[in-house]
Amino acid sequence: MSFDPQALGRLGITEEQVELMDVAENVCRDKSDITKVRAQLDDDRGFDLDDWREIAALGWLGIALPETYGGVGLSLAEDVPVMEQMGRRMMALPFITSTVVAQAILAGGTEAQKTTYLPKLAKGTIGTLALSELNGSYDLHKVDATAHVTSDGFKLSGKKVVVQNLDAADVVIISAKLDAQVSLFVFDAALCPPSKRRREKLIDETKRSYEINLNGLVLPQTALMDQGSTAAALAHIDLCANLLGAAELVGATQTCLDYTLDYLKTRKQFGKIIGSYQALKHPIVDAYIGYEKARSLLYAAAYSFDEQGKGEVATRMAKVAASRALSFAADRSIQFHGGFGFTYACDAQLYRRRAIFHDSQFGDVRWQKAKLADILFN
Amino acid sequence: MISVEDFAKEADQWFAENTPRNVDFMMPLTFMEVGTDQQFEFLRNWQKQVYEAGYLGAAWPSEYGGGGLTDAHQAVATKAMRKYDAPIMMNTIGLSWAGPLILDIGSEAHKKKFIKGILSAEDIWCQGFSEPENGSDLGNAQLRAVREGDEYVLNGSKIWTTHGHFGKYMILLARTNPDAPNKYAGLSFILTPMDVPGIETRKIKKLTGEHGFTQTFFTDARIPADGLMGQEGQGWKIAMQTLEYERGARGGQAGGYSITEPDPLEILNLARDTGQLNDPVVQDDLLDYIIDAQAVNLNQQRAKIGPLMRDNPAGLPLMDKLVKTEFAREINQYALTLQGTRGAYYVDEPNAVDKGLWHRSYLNAFSATIGGGTSQIQRNIIAEHVLGLPKSY
Repeated sequence: MSFDPQALGRLGITEEQVELMDVAENVCRDKSDITKVRAQLDDDRGFDLDDWREIAALGWLGIALPETYGGVGLSLAEDVPVMEQMGRRMMALPFITSTVVAQAILAGGTEAQKTTYLPKLAKGTIGTLALSELNGSYDLHKVDATAHVTSDGFKLSGKKVVVQNLDAADVVIISAKLDAQVSLFVFDAALCPPSKRRREKLIDETKRSYEINLNGLVLPQTALMDQGSTAAALAHIDLCANLLGAAELVGATQTCLDYTLDYLKTRKQFGKIIGSYQALKHPIVDAYIGYEKARSLLYAAAYSFDEQGKGEVATRMAKVAASRALSFAADRSIQFHGGFGFTYACDAQLYRRRAIFHDSQFGDVRWQKAKLADILFN
Repeated sequence: MISVEDFAKEADQWFAENTPRNVDFMMPLTFMEVGTDQQFEFLRNWQKQVYEAGYLGAAWPSEYGGGGLTDAHQAVATKAMRKYDAPIMMNTIGLSWAGPLILDIGSEAHKKKFIKGILSAEDIWCQGFSEPENGSDLGNAQLRAVREGDEYVLNGSKIWTTHGHFGKYMILLARTNPDAPNKYAGLSFILTPMDVPGIETRKIKKLTGEHGFTQTFFTDARIPADGLMGQEGQGWKIAMQTLEYERGARGGQAGGYSITEPDPLEILNLARDTGQLNDPVVQDDLLDYIIDAQAVNLNQQRAKIGPLMRDNPAGLPLMDKLVKTEFAREINQYALTLQGTRGAYYVDEPNAVDKGLWHRSYLNAFSATIGGGTSQIQRNIIAEHVLGLPKSY
């Protein structure tokens, strides 16, 4: 049993995190309000390409990439305040997938792939992950899709689902079994023709995803990533995605609370502002406490992310707390808005749907806790 | 001035050598659990020893009996106490509430008279806020103080007085003006000696079956008027400042700790000792406590990091008492569920797991979720002062 609470419990912040937090707070507030978020719910792409270009110009896509590959040379810790602010404004930019794709190539790509893709990704080329399958497992090693060596590369078969923003993406990472061994491939999205794609309907309508029918898809030999690093790359993908997912959840929780509090401060029933009733007041305080706890765990995860072992524990704890925080805050938000809460027009549903979506990606609360139990107890 | 590093080394060595081990009675884990004379005398002596060694009140001014060092010095001394799992500092109401208040707003005479005795545990302090009819509605306190010359004449009753029967002084919230424009404006805050005719304490038996606090009766009790803090009518404001010390929302305390906070590691050990650490259901529960303990710990660290406190600067300080005390209650309650048939036992039963400590700790945990403002009052405070919701009453 390796559990040492003293060793886990550290929290700090870097100057760069503070600077990025300041910039991101302003940029995200100026670029995105809820009216704009709602206007994009029916849009095909689902996000504003100009916003994406702007954050690319600000260097946000290269924050955690080394300078040798065109990045800023900081770390995932500095991505957290940026993602938190995007989450706060419910921006639907493909930041998590693009960042995680770059991190995956950094962790498990060949040198040629790093040189080819990383500078482009740092500048704003959009990346996406084709890892999930219909087996529904959060285990990234549980892969049914296969790849077979052919004369000109690899022939794929099977199906990948919840491939986010595939329509906007230029770079795709896919997992498939090659000779019974799970392997990663990176390739240009153009190799996947429209006939192989189907737009999926997601619970979180701010997001976009596709199913890919892999049958008949052929990838070039250069697509295969370093097989010796597959496990490390998958582990890194998992943790990066959960860290940034937690950041998006925490940001959204803050806004969800603000939205609910606005209503509790203005709506009157029985001649009184409903926020004066303790039946509403006490649960909203509990939701707020959940948010603050999640935020502490998030920044602790950012702080220790690169430390072997500790980073994983802190990240999974952050995801658990963040998922619970937004789920509870949004669930109560629907309830506390009364009849209006039951309507599509009430924003509470946007937040509740977002929390459900995040549970479906890279592990829900039960999955994270099972992983933590493996580390801490077994 | 000795460097913090050197002071830390000395403190570490001192607590390694002097921390008492293997006492033959149940050591109180919180200051509210001090019930028997044996517990009281032991902890009073221990506090005196620590103070005389220089590891309590290290940052308080030396002209009043403090160590004249800095908060950083006291922090490393307190860290050493925790490291060696030293017994609590028992004169809590003096060390953590009355003391910092006196140092902040007390007169020069108050500081000279009271501070040293607080640190040495020579003078035990208690608090007279709650009354039988006015608990959560503290602002409605009715104990009457009438000024007569250079004395106040006290009539009324205070209740839930921790250390009441040990107390030499009390911080008292009294009504000096029943005709004030509102209930708060009629209150005054008085440092009151307990050993005067007309003040009597009666022990109250707690839900644990032990003693530990009292009801205090005041019948024409005459006390010196120079114990008044601030001006008449400022009692409510001063009481709120005191409660901020009590809830950990304001600094200035003498140091050490008055509550041994539950450590999830101990509950993990309990699960292992009872053969349940490999049960996935238990693991799932334990993780909730570990994550929560971690969040509480991190909240305290984050409270010192300005950029991460900008949105709600008062949020973390004001929730500290609520989250810690509720966590203690819940984790102690959970510990009972790990004991199987032996969960039936209570303190003093030889067959009890850990001598019945968990049962006692769970029942005692309510003292902190109720005292110092109930958890429900804490939620109201957070709702109103952090989230900006209107008052409920």
